[in-house]
Amino acid sequence: MTNTDRSLTQFDQQQDSFLLEYISLIMRGLICGPKVAACGMVLSAWGVIMLAMVGIFFSTHSAVLFEDVPVTKDDLKDTDPPHRIYALYNKVGYNCFIAAGIYVLFGLFSCCQMKLNKRKEYLVH
Amino acid sequence: MCSLLRGEEMCLAQLFLQSGSAYDCISELGELGLVEFRDLNPSVTTFQRKHVNEIKKCEEMERILGYLLREVKKADISLPERDVNPVAPLPKHIMSIMEQLQRLEVELGEVTRNKDKLQRNLLELTEYTHMLRITRTFVQRSVEREPLQAQYEEFPFLEKDTMLEYSSMQRLGAKLGFISGLIQRTKIQAFERMLWRVCKGYTILSYAEVEEYLEDPDTGEPSKRVVFLISYWGDQIGQKVKKICDCYHCHLYPYPSSNEERNDVVEGLRTRIQDLHTVLHRTEDYLKQVLMKASESVYTWVIQVKKMKAIYYILNLCSLDVTNKCLIAEVWCPVDDIPTLQRALEEGSRKSGSTVPSFVNRIPTNDAPPTLIRTNKFTSGFQNIVDAYGVGNYREVNPAPFTIITFPFLFAVMFGDLGHGAIMALFALWMVLYENNRKLKNTRNEIWNTFFEGRYIILMMGLFSIYTGLIYNDCFSKSLNIFGSGWSVKAMFTEGVWKIADIRGNRFLTLDPNVTGVFTGPYPLGIDPIWNLASNRLTFLNSYKMKMSVILGIIHMSFGVILSTYNHLHFKKKYNLYLVFLPELLFLLCLFGYLAFMIIYKWLVFTAKDSRLAPSILIHFINMFLMQGDGMQPLYPGQTGLQVFLVVIAVLSVPVLLLGKPVYLYWLHNGSNRIGMYRGYERVRRNSEEELYLMRAHDMEEGSGHSDLSTSGERPTEEFDFGDEFLHQAIHTIEYCLGCVSNTASYLRLWALSLAHAQLSEVLWAMVMRVGLRMDTTLGVLFLVPVFCLFAVLTVSILLVMEGLSAFLHALRLHWVEFQNKFYSGTGVKLCPFSFSLLPSSFEHDGLL
Repeated sequence: MTNTDRSLTQFDQQQDSFLLEYISLIMRGLICGPKVAACGMVLSAWGVIMLAMVGIFFSTHSAVLFEDVPVTKDDLKDTDPPHRIYALYNKVGYNCFIAAGIYVLFGLFSCCQMKLNKRKEYLVH
Repeated sequence: MCSLLRGEEMCLAQLFLQSGSAYDCISELGELGLVEFRDLNPSVTTFQRKHVNEIKKCEEMERILGYLLREVKKADISLPERDVNPVAPLPKHIMSIMEQLQRLEVELGEVTRNKDKLQRNLLELTEYTHMLRITRTFVQRSVEREPLQAQYEEFPFLEKDTMLEYSSMQRLGAKLGFISGLIQRTKIQAFERMLWRVCKGYTILSYAEVEEYLEDPDTGEPSKRVVFLISYWGDQIGQKVKKICDCYHCHLYPYPSSNEERNDVVEGLRTRIQDLHTVLHRTEDYLKQVLMKASESVYTWVIQVKKMKAIYYILNLCSLDVTNKCLIAEVWCPVDDIPTLQRALEEGSRKSGSTVPSFVNRIPTNDAPPTLIRTNKFTSGFQNIVDAYGVGNYREVNPAPFTIITFPFLFAVMFGDLGHGAIMALFALWMVLYENNRKLKNTRNEIWNTFFEGRYIILMMGLFSIYTGLIYNDCFSKSLNIFGSGWSVKAMFTEGVWKIADIRGNRFLTLDPNVTGVFTGPYPLGIDPIWNLASNRLTFLNSYKMKMSVILGIIHMSFGVILSTYNHLHFKKKYNLYLVFLPELLFLLCLFGYLAFMIIYKWLVFTAKDSRLAPSILIHFINMFLMQGDGMQPLYPGQTGLQVFLVVIAVLSVPVLLLGKPVYLYWLHNGSNRIGMYRGYERVRRNSEEELYLMRAHDMEEGSGHSDLSTSGERPTEEFDFGDEFLHQAIHTIEYCLGCVSNTASYLRLWALSLAHAQLSEVLWAMVMRVGLRMDTTLGVLFLVPVFCLFAVLTVSILLVMEGLSAFLHALRLHWVEFQNKFYSGTGVKLCPFSFSLLPSSFEHDGLL
């Protein structure tokens, strides 16, 4: 038996106790720690605001965002007013809004995790 | 008044403390944190000082407190987080605290030792139980195996051999002995091999592992152990086996000879183990109780002992009066705080019940006092970054109040993005709003502490970046069209310059602002958003940003030169104004100020119509020095004449700067023997108003007249070294003149970094966000979510953290080198007041508190 074996057995024992703790936490609904949940909230807040604004700018057919629209050669054919290009703009705009909606859900999930974390902290101390 | 601009006026004061009330007075001063004590016994070693015994007592108490804190931490008891601030205990209370601590130490030591002993006992008994249980299976196994032996005809040799051995040994009368015990699992293989080698088959070893983890009493870690049973013949073998067992640190237990004995022992062990568990439980409870009681007051004791030690340390710095009844201390004190100091001394005397009051006496000095600049939570960040370069000399102009605005501004010029600035400002705002949150304040993470200390700086940087983001019209690399662009592409068609076929045939087309309707006027605030779509965007922006950087640099440097007048006027060196400041300013403005003028002139005078005729500023500037330029169109009438005049002034100011001050001082020193009333004339290096006044006062006290100039007495005349002064001034001149050129070019980093930031931002959008936005399929929506997440992470890590730190560093360098070397020397010493709150605690250092 070498030193690595000895430390491995210690590790096994610790792993067992951690696994039990994790399982009990997940049963309660707590998946992330407090820092991860906070990051998630910040990210989703930023995502909602930024994607919503980008979506609005796409919907108003802003010229600055022209290169972000998947325009093909055929779409450039009609000129006054360029309906196909406007349709493409609107499509990308809707995509952004849907992504913003998904971030709202993500934000609610992170909020729940934060509340659970706060409750766990309150119980322990 | 004017503390932030210049620093407080300081004075050296003598404190006369009565011996009885010295302790209380210093305790009061420590609470206030006003003054810095000077060491009046520098030649005395630490062991020869007066209060060395008291300090030893304090250290002994600290040792016991450290032990207590370690025990409390081991038992996982949390210390109550209270904001207590107990005063330093009086010398008569020290003994009681010492007693309490010693008593606690003894008690804790005893209880811990008892607990260890009990735990060791428990471990032995547990091992013995395991051993008995497992060896029972050995015996059972060997008993079971006997009837089966006859069946194994293929291996008759082994079985018959042992049987033969057993019976032959019995015939020889050798006794069968047993040794049983436990050994660590890691050692069992080596143990077996050693047994075989030494005893050569006269022993039989059987072993089995214990399933549960047993705690090692020495290290406290759980380890796996193996129960073994050795049966041997003969006493000598028995001795050898015992020695080997000792070598391998086995725990040996007596092996019961019969089953009944074994059962009895097992029963007895079980009851004993149960008893031990109960006793151990009670002991642990008691230990926890003792520790909890100790933990309530340990925090108070720590602070009290720390304060006590500090007071004795300061008492060691004082010297005794001749009458031996009074302690004298010398302190550096701000002049405005002398009444507070007096009041503190009165309070201390009152507390100690002394009838004779202690008092303060201001004394004159020639030493340069330390600098004290009072700051609040907002200005302290900026003062820190100025002090990081060098603490200002006594009463020198402090660049910090100007840095509050210029530093965030120069940062923002290099960072210039609305979105990134908004995120930075929000982050800083969160830190500022939660600045009283204890968890944020007391983390030990160094990097977080750095950011937290600078939260106001980051807030200012963020707000200014929002402003420059609006000017550069850059928000996450996209321009915002708030006011409507001033350019119109349609006008090129309506005027007939372009046709539809032109679009198909050409990759790039140029909008001509001279065509009516194309350019309807400048954008009200910032860069026109149409530049975001232009392919020659960088050409335009580079020219704009480079010129802007040079103009900002010249303004910043001129401001620095002008600030030096404050120093010249305050230190009463008016000649510096005419011989140093004026040539410097003329040199800078005649050359580089004129460059800035030309840039602005070209911007204002030349429009799109005469863009073909617009001259190159660079060529004109170079021609100015070469005194050429006849072949070029002048910018304005009279340009050549004016330029020659400016160059001549600039060139003439160099020798004035080089020779003016040394020659003037030489003339002043040697040419006016009759006028000198003071001995030791102006020292050319340091000169404060107080020093001159004090020297004059001192001289008048000594009753010297101007006829005494030849006999210097105790005070030697200060030599005016012309060579030294001339060398100093020559270095200054060269540094300044060459520095003007190089520093102006150095400000071009404002352009370089803002370009880098804008390009990085654009690349990030094009390579990350665009991929997500361009997805055509139905699943493209879902792809946008992780793409945005990646975009956010990269924005924060690359554009905010990396670029932010880079811009911070460059803005800092511009301040420290280009701005401050025009007026700031920064070779002073900071005042370190004697304050209990500033004293570090060794326990915090070890992470115990």
